[in-house]
Amino acid sequence: MSATTTPPELTEPAGSSWTNTVTAPRRGGDRWFGLASHGAGVAVVALVTLVGVFLVSQAIPALSKNEANFLTSREWSVGGDNPRFGIMELLWTTTTASIIAMAIAVPIGVCVALFITEYAPQWLRRPAATLVDLLAAVPSIVYGLWGLIIFRPVVRPLEDWLSTRLGWLPLFAPTGITGGTIMFIGVVLAIMILPIVTAISREVFAQTPTTHKEGALALGATRWEMIRTAVLPFGKPGVISAAMLALGRALGETIAVTFIVSTLAAGSDWTWSMLSGGETFASRIANNAAEFDSPQKTGAFIAAGLVLFILTFVVNAVARVVIERRKAFTE
Amino acid sequence: MANRLKVEDVNIYYGAFKAVEGVTLTFEPRSVTAFIGPSGCGKSTVLRTLNRMHEVIPGGRVEGSITLAGQDLYAAEVDPVAVRRTVGMVFQRPNPFPTMTIFDNVVAGLRLNGLRNKSELADAAERSLRGANLWNEVKDRLNKPGAGLSGGQQQRLCIARAIAVEPHVLLMDEPCSALDPISTQAIEDLIEELKTDYMIVIVTHNLQQAARVSDQTAFFNLAATGQPGKLVEVGPTPRIFEHPVHESTEAYVSGRFG
Ligand SMILES: Nc1ncnc2c1ncn2[C@@H]1O[C@H](COP(=O)(O)OP(=O)(O)OP(=O)(O)O)[C@@H](O)[C@H]1O
Ligand SMILES: [Mg+2]
Repeated sequence: MSATTTPPELTEPAGSSWTNTVTAPRRGGDRWFGLASHGAGVAVVALVTLVGVFLVSQAIPALSKNEANFLTSREWSVGGDNPRFGIMELLWTTTTASIIAMAIAVPIGVCVALFITEYAPQWLRRPAATLVDLLAAVPSIVYGLWGLIIFRPVVRPLEDWLSTRLGWLPLFAPTGITGGTIMFIGVVLAIMILPIVTAISREVFAQTPTTHKEGALALGATRWEMIRTAVLPFGKPGVISAAMLALGRALGETIAVTFIVSTLAAGSDWTWSMLSGGETFASRIANNAAEFDSPQKTGAFIAAGLVLFILTFVVNAVARVVIERRKAFTE
Repeated sequence: MANRLKVEDVNIYYGAFKAVEGVTLTFEPRSVTAFIGPSGCGKSTVLRTLNRMHEVIPGGRVEGSITLAGQDLYAAEVDPVAVRRTVGMVFQRPNPFPTMTIFDNVVAGLRLNGLRNKSELADAAERSLRGANLWNEVKDRLNKPGAGLSGGQQQRLCIARAIAVEPHVLLMDEPCSALDPISTQAIEDLIEELKTDYMIVIVTHNLQQAARVSDQTAFFNLAATGQPGKLVEVGPTPRIFEHPVHESTEAYVSGRFG
């Protein structure tokens, strides 16, 4: 590089206003906000870690005395000197009922959201959106109770039909249990999570950039083709997030499930059937709150709670990975 | 000629607002028409009525007649989807589908038409990308996201996407306004080549560009804000630039207002 003379207008005298500005201390607001947000972040992580450590420390003594295999056993007697307990049945019931709930609620929620954002007449869209948002804010137990009452007579014949037609499949094997089947739990959970799935999906679909939608339409896409090429790909990460949020609720839903479940008698045969009864993690813990009278018993329930904790964690991690994989394409 | 696009006495509305009034204009096949005029005079609005994209906007409404090769595009039995397959469009801001690869972007329209054959799709993709002067730049990364291209490349990708379905007419709304001079040059060259096959209508704020690429120029203006825009004057490009009839055209093309 040849030596160049600095243009005169760039050499400002020392102490000029520009120099003052760049060397001045950062504004107070920036500092305080920075400190506050750092503090909050650290506090949250610390709190979660503390809770985890506390739960594990409570669970370990009970687990070490457990004489059955915690993961594969279906027994649940947590008192006395020879406790035998395992989560097999809880895990099966919880995941199966939640999967049924998702399989029902996510497609319906997405369809309703698409209807509101893309198909409904213009004058209806805003009120419908407000209504859905309001419905999503209502505590889900309300829908749970409603579903409990309205859908029992609907689900019953469906269960009969499934067990007579598809009873040869282990999933639909008849069990003689009526009422609180895993399937019915799934249906009620679906009703409970439907509003939140719908509300979040509607929100993301409504944000699809007009340029994407017009790009598809200008290529000669029909409305449905436009939805497939522009709206759904854009909304996919959002729908996955909504589904995961809903799954989290379904996995942990307690009161409604506690009302419904048919507890299986101890020692009953294992079945893969969705038409069987069974308890979920949350309902087992809630149903037996009266038993939390010794550290050993409490520890056993806490251990079950930890599994639920890990389950939701894994589900969310998987969802993150799915969303991240799409990211390369959306930026 | 039979394949003319004819606009006769067209009024265009956004709800109750009349945005454009009394436009009458004819486009010849294998020619380029440029729309020029100050901002807000309704160039984009008129352009979007030519492929029935205007009615996508809530409240959008068109009066008058627009015919392509004698067929009224707004007749009751005409499907807007079919119109848009015949009259392609390139937007001001490049809008490749972000979740699709370069290849999928180019063949998106063909897939919508039901073409599934792999080798036919590959041929069409290559042909369109070559047509859009993009093939050499992307042939090694057809499976990468279209959003990963530069702005100019994205715009040419959008042109490739539009010509892949072999429309009769190609509409371009300020296709170069977000691009650097080199990419602009590439697109102007492209317009020159595409002209041999397509009828092209381009909106531009760049008067030199209009003078360079177009055969016919239409000057739009509006009397005052809130008033509908009007077509002031249309004619062969050299005449509009050198011997405009109207005073406002003269003022606009000589850069004295606008
Ligand atoms: N979506 C819309 N809703 C209501 N009015 C609109 C809409 N789009 C455009 N208009 C109005 O229609 C008139 C013409 O707009 P148009 O976009 O066609 O102008 P233009 O000539 O393309 O301007 P520019 O050169 O800035 O792109 C303007 O008054 C504008 O405000
Ligand atoms: Mg415009």
